[in-house]
Order: sequence, then structure tokens, then C-alpha cells
Amino acid sequence: MAEKVLMKGNEALAEAAIRAGCKTFFGYPITPQTELAAYMAKALPPIGGTYLQAESEVAAINMVYGASAAGVRVMTSSSSPGVSLKQEGISYLIGADLPALIINIQRGGPGLGGIQPSQADYWQATKATGHGDGQIIVLAPSTVQEMTDLVALAFDLGDKYRTPVMILADGLLGQMMEPVELPETDGVELPEKPWALTGHGNSREKNMANSMHLDPQELEDSILERYERYLVIKQDEQLAESYLTEDADITLVAYGAAARVARSAVNKVRAEGISAGLIRPISLWPFSVDVIEQQVPISSDFLSVEFSMGQMVDDLRLVVDGRKRVHFYGHTGGIVPTPDEIADVIRRIAAGEKVNQVAFRSY
Amino acid sequence: MSTTTESVVSTEKRRVLFSRPKSLSDVVTHYCPGCTHGIVHRLVAEVIDQLDIEGKTIGVCPVGCSVLAHNYFNFDMAQAAHGRAPAVATGLKRSLPDSVVFTYQGDGDLASIGMAETVHAALRGEKITVIFINNAIYGMTGGQMAPTSLPGQVTQTSPYGRDIEAAGYPVKVCELLSGLEGVALAQRVTVDTPNHVRAARRAIKKAFDYQIEGLGYSIIEVISTCPTNWGLSADASMKWLRENMLPYYPLGVFKDIKAGAAAAGAAAAAGDANTAGDAGDE
Repeated sequence: MAEKVLMKGNEALAEAAIRAGCKTFFGYPITPQTELAAYMAKALPPIGGTYLQAESEVAAINMVYGASAAGVRVMTSSSSPGVSLKQEGISYLIGADLPALIINIQRGGPGLGGIQPSQADYWQATKATGHGDGQIIVLAPSTVQEMTDLVALAFDLGDKYRTPVMILADGLLGQMMEPVELPETDGVELPEKPWALTGHGNSREKNMANSMHLDPQELEDSILERYERYLVIKQDEQLAESYLTEDADITLVAYGAAARVARSAVNKVRAEGISAGLIRPISLWPFSVDVIEQQVPISSDFLSVEFSMGQMVDDLRLVVDGRKRVHFYGHTGGIVPTPDEIADVIRRIAAGEKVNQVAFRSY
Repeated sequence: MSTTTESVVSTEKRRVLFSRPKSLSDVVTHYCPGCTHGIVHRLVAEVIDQLDIEGKTIGVCPVGCSVLAHNYFNFDMAQAAHGRAPAVATGLKRSLPDSVVFTYQGDGDLASIGMAETVHAALRGEKITVIFINNAIYGMTGGQMAPTSLPGQVTQTSPYGRDIEAAGYPVKVCELLSGLEGVALAQRVTVDTPNHVRAARRAIKKAFDYQIEGLGYSIIEVISTCPTNWGLSADASMKWLRENMLPYYPLGVFKDIKAGAAAAGAAAAAGDANTAGDAGDE
């Protein structure tokens, strides 16, 4: 077992990326992800990597497009307003079937919003990460260790399915320090990319990175081909953690930092004899449909806990499909709920109340 | 017997004087009659053939009339979002420093929506070559005012003529970029006459040479036509280009780090300096 080191989430993401064979980074400063870019700026040049601070988020994501087209493992990182600027480029990456890792260390919004932790970009990440018919894989860690572990998986999934992948974290996870066990540095085998633009060397047909198909039939065919890859992703790549769900009357569903608070709340009410459990989706797209479906016959109530006005709860409702009650509790704008707040909500649900509440207001 | 021998000899003496460049695909382009994109595509392909670099060249095409350029060149090509070609080229070149990377961009792409990417790629001295087609109008979308449309120029979105008070001034890209560190070569050419075409070819060759030598960012601005959206015949377009475009956008070398700033300035001031600063390499 490797030695554990104490690292900030943002730094752990950067180090894990380098250890996964990513030596190319383009970014732009924004709070609360800046430690990630700073780590790359220090670590990449001595190992012959490319770190470049772009003139904008727009330029950064298009540099990512160029580097990905060249066949290298490449990433960028930002926070909510910056990710909005990257959406154009993400759509082009999707359209040209180019892999890339995009980190979103979320902060509260809309607009400039604040710089405190938030989960208000769930819809953007999972439903509307750019114009057109397209999706990206979205992974949501809840500890610094998991931030480390998901990076290599994100790169591998991107290469396997030729799609951008996002790690959706938040300012709490990005800024907090926890002990982590880093992956080994050797033994990373990067896949062959015969489609890459490396110069044809007069030895093969030319390659193109292109998202444009003016012939509607050709465009529809290309989208259908991609959609069939999405079906495989939905079937094979769902990731979730279940905690005390076997006998849970009330199942909380929460991801990322919100899941840490939810887990503490589950422990509190369990001590009082309320049988609560937690499903923690790790893959947000594909959404953890299967594990929730398995829970529907077991639980009478589901409670989504988010740092938002309620976004993932829509996906939860789609799975539960009216068969059981679905509740929501959240805080937004950078406020993190306490375990006591959540525990109180669970008690009210156990007493038969229907909860749809943000902060202390019911809707 | 002797007749046959003579015939063989005469065949062997034949030389190919003109053919399609290897770097140009054998396809029909979508360009309008009288449009100069075809000439410039050919010049780029000829230069890449001459340098024997098609195996390590990667082109980046824009959004605009040359959006389909990836179909017309016979080497690896990336299609970029509108204006973002310099950023895409940066990602390619930084990842493959031994390759030759160029962008091919129109005036709306380069000088309007992509101005930030253009200026910063130039400031970084990215070792890329930029072929900039300036025809003072948005062609692909049907003839709207471009950042380079001339004062008073009537377009679909300046129906009363470009009003400087409301729409501001056209941008002189070579003059703007020539003031930036990182730019190795900034030269404006046109392709309205055979002499100018040959000079444009020399300029494009020099721009690729400078990239290969690692000198920095090189841009060749080609003053071009748009007969369809100018509402003119092919012939009349060339005349309009000479009478209206060239006075506002004088040909010349605006920066050449080999020639030195003073020489470049003098060449630019010399008026029709399409051939200025070239030793001639044909």
C-alpha cells in the first residue's frame, strides 16, 4: 500500500491526472479551482508537459480540442461561470468525437454568483452541456481520495467511448484537505488513437476532426451512431455507492459533498431507530438508474439532498416514476446544510410529512 | 523500327508543366465563380508540395466560406468553431511541435469573433501560419457587414452603407498585428493578377518557412473577392478590389523579423509592395 499524503482536492485532481498520463493542460484562472491550474503550472514543465494559461475559457477549451485531435491526453479545469464559456467547445468536442477531461469545481450562481460550494450546475453538466444532441459522461466524487481515483477512470472512459468526460465537484471538495493514497506512477498504457491528426506521413489516408455534416442524412447518421454509444454507456458505466439501504424505509439520494452531509444525517437517525439509507450516485450521467430502481420496492420514501434548488431530484423522480414519495431538501448559493438539518427532515418524513424545501422555506 | 525509337524518345522528353498539387484533393469545390479561395487553396497546396511537408502538415479550417476546406486539402485537417482556429492550432502545435500547423480563416472568423484568439496566438508567438482571406464581407451567411467592410460599403446588414459613427472602423489586421511581439511575419498580398499571384505564393512560402524555422507567428492576409455578395461579375470584382480594397488595405510587408522593422515599414509605405521583402524562390 502506497504512503498516504495530505492534499487539497484540487491538487489531488492535478497529481492524479499527471499520474494517469496527462501532460497537457489548458486553463484560465477562476476561484475555487485555481490550485489545480497552479499545480499543473509547476508540475508539468519539468516533465516536458504542456501547461498554457489561455486568454479565456473559450480559448482554453479550443486548445483542448486541438490537443485532443492531436491524440494526447488533455484536460482543462474551471468553475461554473468558466464552464459556461467552455460549453461551445464542449459541443464541438462531442461533435468531433474527441475525448477530454473537463473539471468543474462548482460555485453558486447564476451569473457571477459567489465562490462558495454549490451543486447548481447539475442540469448544465447532465442535460445541456452545449448545443445539439449530445451528452458527456459526468462523474461526481465525494472525497479527496475519490477525486484522485476517478481521474484515471474519466480519461479511460473518454478514450473508450471517444467522448468528453466531466468531473463535477464543488468548492468544498476542491479546497478541503484529506489524506489520499496516490496511484502508482508507472504502468500507464495509453490507447492507440488511429484517428488522431498527427500528420499522415504519406502512409495513411488523411484524418479529420470535424463536427459539420451539411447533409441532414449524414448528420442524423452520425448522431445515431453516437447515441448507440450512449446506450452502451448507460448500460455499462453506472456507478453508485449504497449505504445502509438493505432495509431502508427512507432512502436519501445525494452526490458529491452533499452525500457526506446526508451520510452523517443517516447515522444520526439510525441511532434513533429510523431506518434510513443513502444512495450516492457517482456517475451523474449516466444516472444511477439501476440501483435506485432496485431500491423502489424496499423504501417508502426517497429524499434528494442537494446544494441547489433541486436538480438531480428530477432524475430521481423519473426513476421512481410516482411509485413512491420523492422529497427534496436543499440549500443554494454557497450554503452547506448541516447534518442536523437533514436529520430533522428525515424525522419529518418518517412522521408522514411531504417535504419540498430549500433552506427553511417550503415549496 | 526507327520510327518507334523516335516516338519513345519524344515521350521521354515530355515534361509535366502543370498539374494538380498533391496536397489538393481531386474534388470539385463549392466556391463561386470569380472567388479567390480556389487560387489561395492552390497556392497553399503548391507551397506544401514544394516544401514536401504534406505528411506532417495539419490544417485548421474556420467557420465561413472555407468551412469545407478540410475536404479540399490532402492532409490531416481539423474543423474549428467560429473564430477559434488559432486556439485549436495552438493545441495541435503544442502537442506536436515537429508538425506544421496552419489556419485558414476569413475576415469575420479571424478579425471579429476570433480577434482575441488571433491577438493572443500572435502575442505568444505560436509557431503557426495563418492564411487570412479578407474579402470585406460575410460570404457564407449571405453578405453581411464584416469587420473589414469598407466605410460606406453596402451589405445586407449595412444597407445604407457602413456608417463609421454607428458601426466603427474596418480593422487593418496586418497593421494591428505588426505591433505585437511574437509576430515573425505579417504580410498583405492579393491575387488579382498573375504577378500578384506569384508574389502571394512567395509570401505564403515564406510564412511556412518562418514557422519551420521556429521564428514565431506568421500571417499572410490575402485581399480577396466575393463576386456573389458584392453583386459583381468576376471581372468587375477584381476591378472593385483594386479600386476600393487596395487603397484601404495597402499591400506590403508589415513585419518581418528577418528584414527588420525599419525595412518592413519602408516596404509597406512603398505602396504596391506585394513583392517587397522577397528574394524570389521560384
